[in-house]
Amino acid sequence: MSATPVETAPSPAVLRATGLEVVHRTRSGPLHAVSGIDLVLHERRTLALVGESGSGKSSIAKALLRLPAPTAGAVTLDGTDLASLTNRQLRSLRPRLQMVPQDPMSSLNPRRTVRGLVAEPLDAHPGLLRGRDRRAVVDEQLTAVGLAPELFGDRRPDQLSGGQAQRVAVARALAAEPRVLIADEAVSALDVSAQATVLNLLRRLTEERGLASLFITHDLGVVRAVSDDIAVLQLGRLCERGPTEAVLAAPAHPYTAALLAAVPEPGRPLGDTGLLPADPPSPLDPPSGCRFRTRCPLADERCAAETPAARPVGPGHAVACHRPLLPVRPDAA
Amino acid sequence: MTTPVLDVRSLNTAIHAPDGRRLHILHDVDLHIDAGECLGVVGESGSGKSVLARTVLGVHARTVRAESTGQVLLNGEDLLTAAPARRAELLGTGIAMVHQDPMTSLNPVVRIADQVTESLTNRRRMPRRERLRTAAALLAAVDVPDPARRARGYPHELSGGLRQRVGIAAALAGDPVLLLADEPTTALDVTVQRTVLDLLDRHRATRGLATLLITHDIGLLYGRARRIAVMYGGRVVETGPTEEVTERPAHPYTAALLRSVPRVTGPLRRELPAIPGSPPDLSRPVEGCPFAPRCDRAGSVCATVAPPVRAAGPAHTASCHFPLTAEAAPASPTSLERTP
Repeated sequence: MSATPVETAPSPAVLRATGLEVVHRTRSGPLHAVSGIDLVLHERRTLALVGESGSGKSSIAKALLRLPAPTAGAVTLDGTDLASLTNRQLRSLRPRLQMVPQDPMSSLNPRRTVRGLVAEPLDAHPGLLRGRDRRAVVDEQLTAVGLAPELFGDRRPDQLSGGQAQRVAVARALAAEPRVLIADEAVSALDVSAQATVLNLLRRLTEERGLASLFITHDLGVVRAVSDDIAVLQLGRLCERGPTEAVLAAPAHPYTAALLAAVPEPGRPLGDTGLLPADPPSPLDPPSGCRFRTRCPLADERCAAETPAARPVGPGHAVACHRPLLPVRPDAA
Repeated sequence: MTTPVLDVRSLNTAIHAPDGRRLHILHDVDLHIDAGECLGVVGESGSGKSVLARTVLGVHARTVRAESTGQVLLNGEDLLTAAPARRAELLGTGIAMVHQDPMTSLNPVVRIADQVTESLTNRRRMPRRERLRTAAALLAAVDVPDPARRARGYPHELSGGLRQRVGIAAALAGDPVLLLADEPTTALDVTVQRTVLDLLDRHRATRGLATLLITHDIGLLYGRARRIAVMYGGRVVETGPTEEVTERPAHPYTAALLRSVPRVTGPLRRELPAIPGSPPDLSRPVEGCPFAPRCDRAGSVCATVAPPVRAAGPAHTASCHFPLTAEAAPASPTSLERTP
């Protein structure tokens, strides 16, 4: 969404991305993975970035971490433009931006013990210890994620369940004393019971440690449990954003409504997604105008001709759609 | 009473792992599926749900040796004791499988037309043009757009959703009586998942296909499976009509699982009730109830005595000493005495 992000959060902005563009070079030509995205992460708050495969959500995560740097656009951390930093400065700032990846097993060195894994950021940035005992710091983080250090500290990744491994990954991120925590599909590989533990942990740590969190997921079902705000991504563009409660109660974009209707949930009758029976288009060849129009039940000629701009539909709630499901309220912005 | 298409009785399966350990995975599994019915099997990793599917199909990973006791009856014929030739015939014409990741079950260098028609018995005598036409018809039946062109193409040209449709077309081509779908939509986006499940539903209803839908996501079965079997520690711990089990679960594990599911209609940013502890280690024999160490209702009996199967309602049973539903009583008066 190219409009100025609506600021309703009382807590300070920590990470701010403006006009983010990511273009991948592929054999079939340039792939515009992310087009003109603005995001703000606030202290003690979690923004859920929701999108299906090919929506560009992982490209955004990598661009925020400058792994690699975005093709265009600015990312600031506590007011500092990351692009203005030297490599050395950027390196010393890296611990402040931490990531919890999707598959904990592949991100944990199988030969190291749990304590060794959690200590990785401390070994890379010894300044983080500030004179404290390394082992004490590690054990404190393990306790914070609910793993008793005396029971788990000397285990290796193959002696952990998926949920325990993911908690080790969270403890390792915490050891770096981050400002920003990016969780990229951090619970999608976990069983339901382990998923609940990790979701609870991410939400609680965001509040207790004053983190600014970005929770990336394809599953609208989990966002309600963790996030304050939602941004819905569709083929590299934000189509809707707003407070979690407002967006889930009354989505304004037909795509958000379809995602919501498609979530299977016990005790909830299957709703009609209303989607046209077309497969999602390829990000290599997105439709003209609104990129959702080939699957949208409401699309008309205007949707093919013009890219919709973001318009307010409620407090902090905006939608980029020519035919939104909620009336546009210019006063709400 | 008609014969169920699939009738699994007291199935016990043990696996000899490559490292020499013998793992007793499935314990006294009983389940049946009628023609045109969908049975949902729900379980977390390590619950034994995939071993169940592999045992029914008689295929296990190449590195393991499995031995099973009990019965796996397909239209009344026992697959476990059938002569190898008869077994191959029953499996080849009777059961088809839809896999989790269509990319691993489809051959990347074989044209889609040849893969979709692979299970047709007369395919070798089929002229190329007729084969393409048959493949296109099969693809059209699973809503693949432009089927004639797709039939001539290869799997990598397709999106994940289309690939899974091709996998379903190949499974349905041989006109099976039973379809085993093991996490068929886990790799797909939610909106695509929806259309693929709708497709399976349609073919189940129009062909009278018995469907075994295996998933870790109990929400996915709501409104789709007529009955649910909940697996834990290699056992069916609860079974019954889907609405009944999801609205009035009798087994504490089912209830805890349902509570821990994050919901779009659930409370906002509230602690989700997680299940403490971990699933049982299948390499160690379990005395008593496998869920006992994690159960908030467990008493001393649960650690030592295997729970009996109790009735929790019409066609609804749970294996628990202390089930949640009030009407729970032993399913058969002898089941309690039978336990040591």
